[in-house]
Amino acid sequence: MQTNKEKELIFEMSKPGRVAYSLPESDVPEVELDAVFPAQYLRKQPAELPEVSELDLMRHYTGLSNRNHGIDSGFYPLGSCTMKYNPKINEDVVRYPGFAKIHPYQAEETMQGALRVLYDLQAELSEITGMDAVSLQPAAGAQGEWAALMMIRAYHESRGEKRTKVIVPDTAHGTNPASAAVAGLETVTISSDEQGNVNLEELRKVVGADTAALMLTNPSTLGLFEESIQEIAEIVHEAGGLLYYDGANANAIMGIARPGDMGFDVVHLNLHKTFTGPHGGGGPGAGPIGCKKELVPFLPRPQVVKEGDTYRLDYDIPQSIGRVKAFYGNFGILLRSFVYIRANGPEGLLRVSQEAVLNANYMMRKLAPYYDLPYDRICKHEFVLSGRKQKKLGVRTLDIAKRLLDFGYHPPTIYFPLIVDECMMIEPTETESKETLDQFIDAMIAIAKEVEENPTIVQEAPHTTIVSRLDEVTAARKPVLRYRKPAEENAVRKAEGSQANEGALV
Amino acid sequence: MNYRYLPMTTEDKQEMLSFLGLSSEEELFADIPEAIRFQGSLQIPTALSEPETVRHFTKLARQNVDSSEYAYFLGAGIYDHYIPSTVNHVISRSEFYTAYTPYQPEISQGELQAIFEFQTMICELTGMEVANSSMYDGPTALAEAANLAVGGVAGKNVIVSKAVHPEAREILGVNAKAQGYEVIEIGCKGGVTDLEALEQAVNEQTAAVMVQYPNFFGAVEDLASLEKIAHQHKSLFVVSANPLALGVLQPPGAYNADIVVGEAQPFGIPMQLGGPSCGYFAVKEKLMRKIPGRIVGQTVDQEGRRGFVLTLQAREQHIRREKATSNICSNQALNALAASVAMTALGKRGVQEMARLNVQKTQYALRELAKLDNCQLVYHSPVFNEFVLKVPKSVGEVNRELLRKKIVGGYDLGRDYPELANHMLLAVTEARTKEEIDALVQGLGEIGRAN
Amino acid sequence: MSKVVKGWLYSREHEWVEVLSETRVRVGITDFAQNQLGDLVFVELPQVGAEVVANQSMGSVESVKAVSDLFSPVSGKVVEVNSELEDSPEVINSDAYSGGWMIVVEISNPDELSELLSAEQYADFALEG
Repeated sequence: MQTNKEKELIFEMSKPGRVAYSLPESDVPEVELDAVFPAQYLRKQPAELPEVSELDLMRHYTGLSNRNHGIDSGFYPLGSCTMKYNPKINEDVVRYPGFAKIHPYQAEETMQGALRVLYDLQAELSEITGMDAVSLQPAAGAQGEWAALMMIRAYHESRGEKRTKVIVPDTAHGTNPASAAVAGLETVTISSDEQGNVNLEELRKVVGADTAALMLTNPSTLGLFEESIQEIAEIVHEAGGLLYYDGANANAIMGIARPGDMGFDVVHLNLHKTFTGPHGGGGPGAGPIGCKKELVPFLPRPQVVKEGDTYRLDYDIPQSIGRVKAFYGNFGILLRSFVYIRANGPEGLLRVSQEAVLNANYMMRKLAPYYDLPYDRICKHEFVLSGRKQKKLGVRTLDIAKRLLDFGYHPPTIYFPLIVDECMMIEPTETESKETLDQFIDAMIAIAKEVEENPTIVQEAPHTTIVSRLDEVTAARKPVLRYRKPAEENAVRKAEGSQANEGALV
Repeated sequence: MNYRYLPMTTEDKQEMLSFLGLSSEEELFADIPEAIRFQGSLQIPTALSEPETVRHFTKLARQNVDSSEYAYFLGAGIYDHYIPSTVNHVISRSEFYTAYTPYQPEISQGELQAIFEFQTMICELTGMEVANSSMYDGPTALAEAANLAVGGVAGKNVIVSKAVHPEAREILGVNAKAQGYEVIEIGCKGGVTDLEALEQAVNEQTAAVMVQYPNFFGAVEDLASLEKIAHQHKSLFVVSANPLALGVLQPPGAYNADIVVGEAQPFGIPMQLGGPSCGYFAVKEKLMRKIPGRIVGQTVDQEGRRGFVLTLQAREQHIRREKATSNICSNQALNALAASVAMTALGKRGVQEMARLNVQKTQYALRELAKLDNCQLVYHSPVFNEFVLKVPKSVGEVNRELLRKKIVGGYDLGRDYPELANHMLLAVTEARTKEEIDALVQGLGEIGRAN
Repeated sequence: MSKVVKGWLYSREHEWVEVLSETRVRVGITDFAQNQLGDLVFVELPQVGAEVVANQSMGSVESVKAVSDLFSPVSGKVVEVNSELEDSPEVINSDAYSGGWMIVVEISNPDELSELLSAEQYADFALEG
């Protein structure tokens, strides 16, 4: 149930004296705080946190959830994000006390069940990707990328080679060059050809003795398989570089092809994409990395190992790049993915990819008559369209996306990859029924018609959501990033005003 | 085997293939070279039905000792705290947990507002002006703070106290190596950062001075003195703070900290083997445009209604790409929501009460342990809910004996501090009862006596 | 068709250079540039006293969805900075050549000016791009 009214902030619902918690009375003799701490250490002004009853709390968050759209609410064809169904059994299992109420530092003998989950998951992800070892530590895909690049750096350094360049295609996700930068490496961008594949000529020109790695997504962010992947691998390996696999699109190839067999040396996976880790509104995720044996010495520490029947944490990895995240990774997400893999087995995962790819091709061909198709070839689990035709009529992809909101859909990914004009990237996933796909296709066709017959309704969309388009310019020019009580707000504004008069410059 | 997540029927498949003019879906993979096609079946266990899943994982879970049956006196960065029952109900709403990042704000106002509220609460607790929507965890937030302070300028160093969590320092080291700046570690005296050593070490190239509050040994650091030293040399003063402790302690913002980071796990997030948790990152307004991660801002729509959007996105990786100073993409949204719900449920009064209970229980434990003659309390600075205890045998052996009494003992400080072999870091939260504390004291008292 | 001011000089990075005297120039970004960037939300400029080097980054301009480096068209020392842009970067959008001025530089190498484009050359350049 949505409402067009503004929604109160929890602070605006507060009233002193109300509580939504229950703690027992202290059962130990009381000590005055100022007998424990010097007076100056004690908090003078309490934090202005909300004061509400439990019912108000639940109404507030229920109200917020009603103003949000998840996969369970409706179709979510976000290209590159793999918005597939999040199984409920996963949610149950992570809440078992034996998984939720365990501490990372408790004795290894007391967490054998958890260690076994990690050990088995390491092995299963290795098998799925064709790698020799896996680290489950990185908290997200981007962190996995960074950790893998650090391993690549360490590998080259161990061989006495200084290689500082990372090659990325122009279709790469922003995290690829960003991770390279944060790993202390330079990015070199190469273009894609008209088929949407890496330009081999350019690649040959650009590789050299300073090439640390080529980062590639396969299928690419255009949803297209790099047919020359073996040649690409040869070119990079001959120059002494390594091949890095961005696993964001692993949903297309499980049981069909493995990065390890394509020539990749190191991979990362996004468990919150292919392996149903819930997106949670933006996280948490998990970004395990896998590698071939040459890179095993550099894996983050610790690794989970098995000695006889016992599972252990192995910190003795002398050439490890070290730790990238506290403890052992996002166990709660790793466990959900593990349950998902067990629910599918080898046949299930194969079907996942086959059906994801069939769904995407079906949608693509259904929509091709109405929207520009930049790459007229078989796609994998996602495809891109261009709003070029519609742009000529004064309607942009952004407008089409906003109009889809009126039809009850989350729009596809827009304006990525950067090389496609007015780009729309659509990924249906395998968990959607044909009826859902057909309904979405109908909506897209209806909008295409509107663009021709009644463009204003698209340009001014959305019309039925609880807020219309938001002023993002003012939000960035004059950021308001926290709530302040009205009286406080005036005081702050006053202070800022007098500062400005003093001519203070940033 | 039924695949309940795969709706495609044979009929569906036929219709779709026929529309595409294909006879089998195999043709959709024709562009994958035969030489790299995977042959056979993935060598992973066969699928489990749902009841088998429940059985299998219940068994696995039971192989772990957990806090529903054992009294945990183990902290060191992850704590056993009261989690209000409402938290789980809120984060189990699928509109929240199955949603993506709120890039389409019109249908994500729920998530965006929840994060805006989280940002506000973090500012309130830490006394800072701006907070982002969360980081992977406290330790990586600390590393990002160092990266921000150094700002890509060559020749800089950051100074970190050895009383900062060992794993946080390790992660900081990995980051510093990647970015090419130096990390200088300062030792401790009496379980707190050695101020003299810090004075000596700070120089013009020091971009940041970083401490933990309370520190890894549980002690409350003298932020006033530390801040003076940091700012005297124009370095940023960075504090990693336990947000629950800020229910009773003066927040780092009151001490003019430039950046405050930390772990929000004490609020609403189960221990979960240490992950996922929820880091936070808060700064003074002047650093607003430099902070990593997602930020939610308030604005209006075309009808003038209040709404929320992700803002200042030009800082982020998807826009900056190779010019980015941080590659962070996701935040810990669902956990930030859990923390928000917990902070709301506890509220202004509850956070203070819960923090006070931590102090009371810890003080009681300290007094009782002081009566033992086979163990020693080695530091004497005020502590919040953790402290160091010298024990008569190795920490591993002591913990094994305590385990028999259904007690999970403290952290082995000898792992990271050679001079603290046979010293245990014990945490006493509000979740510990007097009986449990008495059992711990008795259990420790018996060590080394039976033989 | 975006505006170009006659008599001024222009860089290939879409900056304009107004020669104030033999030793001083004023710099900003062109109407074409502000149009490409969209509504500007933030501008990062060098401080007074900072050294700038021709063709090297001296700051950045941000819109909601993009950020662009600002490349200094000349080498020298920054002697004035338009502080109004801190609070009102939108002035660049509405008035790129006047109110939207960014810095004044005391130039160290007058020869660099001959590498820049004339108004007519820039107008052609911007059309091609």
